[in-house]
Amino acid sequence: MGVPAKVIRVDNETATVLIGEVSYQANVALLDEVVPGDYIILHAGFGIEKVDPLEAEETIRLIKEMERLGQEHDHGSL
Amino acid sequence: MNSLIRDLFFRNFRNPVLTRATDAALLDMPPGKIAYTTDGFVVDPLFFPGGNIGKLAVCGTLNDLAVSGAEPRYLSASFILEEGLLLEELERIVIAMAETAEEAGVPVVTGDTKVVPRGKADKVFVTTSGIGWLPEKFKGISEGKEIIPGDRILVNGTLGDHGMAVLLHRESFNMEAPIASDCANLYPLIRDVLSVCPEVRFMRDATRGGMATVLCELAERQSFGIELNETEIPVNPAVEKACELRGWIRCTSPTKERRSS
Amino acid sequence: MDLFDDNPFRSQAAIRKRSAEIRDISRRPVRLMEVCGGHTMAIHRFGLPSLLPPTIELVSGPGCPVCVSSQEFLDRCIWLSRLPEVIIATYGDLIRVPASDSSLEVERSLGADIRIVYSVSEALKLARDHPRKEVIFLGIGFETTAPASAFAVREAARNKLMNFSLISGHKIMPPALKALVDEELRIDGFIAPGHVSSITGIRIYDFLAEVYGKGVVVCGFEPLDLMESIHALITQIESGSPRVENQYRRVVRTEGNLKALNLLEEIFEPVDDLWRGIGMIPGSGLQLRKTYQSFDAGIRFGIPEIQAKEPAGCICGAILKGVKRPADCPLFGEVCTPANPVGACMVSGEGSCAIAFKYNRI
Repeated sequence: MGVPAKVIRVDNETATVLIGEVSYQANVALLDEVVPGDYIILHAGFGIEKVDPLEAEETIRLIKEMERLGQEHDHGSL
Repeated sequence: MNSLIRDLFFRNFRNPVLTRATDAALLDMPPGKIAYTTDGFVVDPLFFPGGNIGKLAVCGTLNDLAVSGAEPRYLSASFILEEGLLLEELERIVIAMAETAEEAGVPVVTGDTKVVPRGKADKVFVTTSGIGWLPEKFKGISEGKEIIPGDRILVNGTLGDHGMAVLLHRESFNMEAPIASDCANLYPLIRDVLSVCPEVRFMRDATRGGMATVLCELAERQSFGIELNETEIPVNPAVEKACELRGWIRCTSPTKERRSS
Repeated sequence: MDLFDDNPFRSQAAIRKRSAEIRDISRRPVRLMEVCGGHTMAIHRFGLPSLLPPTIELVSGPGCPVCVSSQEFLDRCIWLSRLPEVIIATYGDLIRVPASDSSLEVERSLGADIRIVYSVSEALKLARDHPRKEVIFLGIGFETTAPASAFAVREAARNKLMNFSLISGHKIMPPALKALVDEELRIDGFIAPGHVSSITGIRIYDFLAEVYGKGVVVCGFEPLDLMESIHALITQIESGSPRVENQYRRVVRTEGNLKALNLLEEIFEPVDDLWRGIGMIPGSGLQLRKTYQSFDAGIRFGIPEIQAKEPAGCICGAILKGVKRPADCPLFGEVCTPANPVGACMVSGEGSCAIAFKYNRI
């Protein structure tokens, strides 16, 4: 399964990525222009897509909004 | 036995019983029950973050005694060496064993070494045995016959560190992680626990097979079931991530399925 | 600050809110199919069915690459593993799948050199490190994984790594989805695989909405992604407006990963393929194009015709189509367990039966 990983170094088609504290040498030949700071989805040793930080932030913002609404109308545990 | 090796052992496992070099060690034990254990160690690679096969062999046997409620008293150590093993490597292993045993206050009183031709063993195999004195009040701990519903399960640290440290060191998988083996002599900790709570009903070393195997075996022939809360099981985040990358979800025993009973 | 600190996608408060919202709008009884094994896993690991009203039934589809690999394919892999001076490199799950009369795990214990790899890159390295051995990679997986195999074959070709070869069990999603709806299994909407879609883009699902009137939501793998996608599907169904939506926007682009798609196009071509349980689906498999056939293990080693034997009593096929549940199988949990699997659905970590056994849910 794919996991998100943070790029910390790029050397041609190999990127050193961090998943938590674990570092991995990922193959990024399937991606264009990967730079340190990017987040990629790592699957079977390959970066298959980059995470779009704006979309990610937007999704997280919506989640926080929902949390706020949820806490206001808390129905208690289900 | 090769005199180089003999000197190595005598120099490091300094104790008069060993250096007497009799065929059998003659030992004193207080009256009562004896706990006796043995284990073979074949870990590959020999050296890994946090330890080596020697330290593991001593701790493993000390711990098998300790989790049975016994006070470790004496150790034995035997080695099968593959021809061609570097003396420096053997020395590192023996020093680690001696240091661990000395720190534990448990002497290695007898031992043996055999050298086999190249290819007939994987570098070195270590077997340790241990004898411990078992106080009467702790004799039920190894079988857990006194366990009743309502009892709680405690673990003394995060799970999976040793296994993952060894695995990652053996086959890097292009992965690096700040994971080290936590192999250690647990007798001091266990002695302290038992001194404040002699009612402990069961203990087991979960090094091989993991917690899931221990608990499955425990529940198998019993009338009780065991309930675990996934979020309460402590796992080092780096171990969890490394597992995830290898496609393993934590808390699954690789050899036994977990059944709710 | 790490983008994924405190994983917001697991926020209990937000999940409860979504659950309430779904309850509020769900009226009709519906069956939603999640196609991807990763989704099945996430759904049951996080206990999502307990957060949904009784009107919503979640059904698992054939999205587990190991589970849908045919008996024939496994038998061919085992035949290859018995060749001398051969190293088989495979993804982990495949090793325990029972084939007609053996498994890769059994063959390994009998002396075959079979290595588990996490990435096909490791297989390439094995080939470089062992020039006098043949390294055969067992390629399984959908559009998420096939590009990696494509890359490996191209690398091998460029570097004349002639002791490397691939046996392809790769499959593509759209023909299978079409086969499912053609069979008129009552599925009201699809939770589409997030990572397959990150490669293919989302337009591959258009036909489901436009021709068959089934809604599709491309979904991420966190519990909130799933709750959001289910909410979107229910909204579509209740308003009678099936369409293709992308919930996993932070990873999936509408057009997909063009670089990966071009690589797939260059190396592979579609071929009719056998799916365990479902049977032959036209154009659903990937095989190496003529230009790269010298890296096709089937051709290089001349694998003979093998008559596969399906395990008696195993209903993996029905389970993969969402027609039956693991608990419906007479072998489930008694004869067929993760320790002693009979069928592929129990072996793979993403298989419905393995997941059901572990989480006692389905």
